[in-house]
Amino acid sequence: MAALGLDFTLPLRDFELTLALDVARTVALVGPSGAGKTSALRVVAGLAHLARGRVTLGDETWLDTERRVDLRPEERRVGLVFQEYALFPHLTVRANVAYGGRDRVDELLERFHISHLADQRPARLSGGERQRVALARALARDPAVLLLDEPLSALDAHTKLQVRGELSELLRDLGLPTLLVTHDYEDAAALADEVGVVVDGALRQLAPPAELVARPRDTFVASFTGANLLHGVARRAGDDLTEVRLREGEQLFSTDAGDGEVGVVVYPWEVSVARAHTVDSALNVLRGEVGSVVAIGNRVRVRIGPITAEVTAASAERLELARGGIAYATFKATGTRLVPL
Amino acid sequence: MRRAAAAVVVFLATFVALGFLAVPVLAIFTRVSPGRLVAQLGNPVVTDALAVSAKTTLAAQALVLAFGTPAAWMLASRRFRGRSLLVTLVELPLVLPPAVAGLGLLAAFGRTGLLHTSFPFTQTAVVLAVAFVASPLYVRAAIAAFEGVDENVVAASRTLGAGPVRTFFRVVLPLAAGGLGAGGALAFARGLGEFGATIMFAGSLRGVTQTLPLAVYAEFDVNFDVALAVSALLVLISAALLVTLKWLPSASTSRFRFATSS
Repeated sequence: MAALGLDFTLPLRDFELTLALDVARTVALVGPSGAGKTSALRVVAGLAHLARGRVTLGDETWLDTERRVDLRPEERRVGLVFQEYALFPHLTVRANVAYGGRDRVDELLERFHISHLADQRPARLSGGERQRVALARALARDPAVLLLDEPLSALDAHTKLQVRGELSELLRDLGLPTLLVTHDYEDAAALADEVGVVVDGALRQLAPPAELVARPRDTFVASFTGANLLHGVARRAGDDLTEVRLREGEQLFSTDAGDGEVGVVVYPWEVSVARAHTVDSALNVLRGEVGSVVAIGNRVRVRIGPITAEVTAASAERLELARGGIAYATFKATGTRLVPL
Repeated sequence: MRRAAAAVVVFLATFVALGFLAVPVLAIFTRVSPGRLVAQLGNPVVTDALAVSAKTTLAAQALVLAFGTPAAWMLASRRFRGRSLLVTLVELPLVLPPAVAGLGLLAAFGRTGLLHTSFPFTQTAVVLAVAFVASPLYVRAAIAAFEGVDENVVAASRTLGAGPVRTFFRVVLPLAAGGLGAGGALAFARGLGEFGATIMFAGSLRGVTQTLPLAVYAEFDVNFDVALAVSALLVLISAALLVTLKWLPSASTSRFRFATSS
C-alpha cells in the first residue's frame, strides 16, 4: 500500500499551518478547533489550493507547486468523509453509494449493514446511519487514501462509543493510509496508530498514543492528552531523583531529569486518593480540599487542590468523597513526568 | 378598552387593504357575463395577440434560462472583485421604469443606435424587451438557489470522481431546481405582462408585435368587452402561475421564499 506524503504550508487567517509527515497507516491530527486541521484534509483532497507544497502517494505526485502539478479532486483517488457527511440529499442511500462507483454497491451496503435503508433518503437516517452511508460511498470510489474529518463529532455520546469501535475495526481491516482530524484526543488515541498534535500552525509532536502519554514533548501536548500540569522549579536531588518545588510551595519528586522552570505532568489514573496521610512507596503526596467530584461512566474524576485524580466509582463511594472535605493525592515519582517550559 | 380599539383598527386596515387588492381583479369578471367574455376570446384580435404572446414569451423564457442559468451559477459560485456590482447591474432592470427600459433598448438596438440593428418594431424586439425586464427575476432567484446548495456536497461529488460538469448536472442542478423553477415561473409571469418596454421598442402591430397586454390597451377605446376578455384571460394565467409556484413541492424548501399558503 503506497504511503501518503505531505509537505506543505497552508496560510490560515492568523497564522500558517506547516505540515510534513508520511501517512502509511492511520494518523490522527488533533488540536483545538481553528488549528487548520480541516483545511489540511482539503489540501490533500485537492479542494483547497496552496502557494507552496507537495502531496504525493507513493511515486504518484498529486500536488507539487514547484513543478506546477496540481491534480483535480476527481483525479486524486481520495475517500473523503465530511464532518456532517455531505450526503446527496436528493439521492437514495443506494444512489449515494453508487455515485462513487457502481461495482461494489451491494457488497458495501451489506458490509455497512445499510441494505435495508437502500431506498431511503439521507434526511430519514440517524447520525450513525449517515456516517455508514458516507463511509460506504467513500469506499465505493475505491480510494487509495481515506480522509476523515471529525468522524465522530456529529454523533451523540451514546452512539459515539459504539461507532468508534466499529470505525477502529474498519480502519484496521482496510489497511489504507488514513488521515483523520479530530479535536478529541481520546477519539484520536482510539482510532489512530500515530497521533499528531497540531497547535498554532505547527505539528508539535507525532507519536503513537502511548508515547504521547509517556513522553509528552511539551506542556500543551501533556494537557491535551488529559494530564495534570503543575508548574515548578526543578533541582537535582540524590538517588537519581529530581526535586521540584511547586509554585504553591509543595515539594515533589520525579525520576525524569530536569532543571530550572519545568512543567510537572501527572496522569489522573496514576493518582491515588486517600482520606488520611498514609505512608507507602509513593513519594509524592499533596494535601488539599476536594474541589469537585464528577462521574464519567464507571470512573470518577476528583479534584484535590491543584490536581485531578481518576478513581473507580466504588472507591469514590467508599472514601465518601464530597466537595469541601480534605483528601490526600499520592503518586509515584516514576509516574511524574517533567517537561521543559 | 384600548386593546379592543387597537384590534378594531388592525381589522379595518386589513379589510381595506385586502378589499383594495381584490376588488379591481374581481371587477373584470363581474362587468359582463362569463358567457360574453368567453365569446370575445374568439375575436381575431385576441387570437392574434395570444399567438404573439405565446411565441414571444416562450422565446424570451428560453433565452433567459439559457443565458441566465450559467450567469447565475458564475455569480453564485465565485468570489471576485466587482461581483456585487455585477449583481446590482443584473437587478437594475427590475427597478427601472419600463419606458426607460424601452428607450434604452432603442438606443442600443435601434437603426441609429449603438449596435445598428434592424430589430425595432419586429417580433425579435418583443422577445428582447420581454427578456430584458423578466430576466432579473430569474437570475436573482437562481443565484439564491445556487448559493443555497451546500458547498460540501459539491466538494463530495468532486472527490467521488465527478468532474465539474457532471457535478453540476447531477448535484447542483437537482438541488437548485426548486428555486430555479420558482424564479422561472416569476420571470414568465412578468414577461407575459410586459407592456411599457415592448410598446416603446416594438410598437403594437396586430399579429406581429401586439401581445396580450398591448391588445388590452389597443382595444380599450375600440371594444371594451374584448379588452375585458383579454384581461380576464391574463388574470387566470397569472393566478394559475402563482398557484403552481406555491404548490411546487421543492419551491418551499429552496431559499426562494414566498409566503406559504397554509
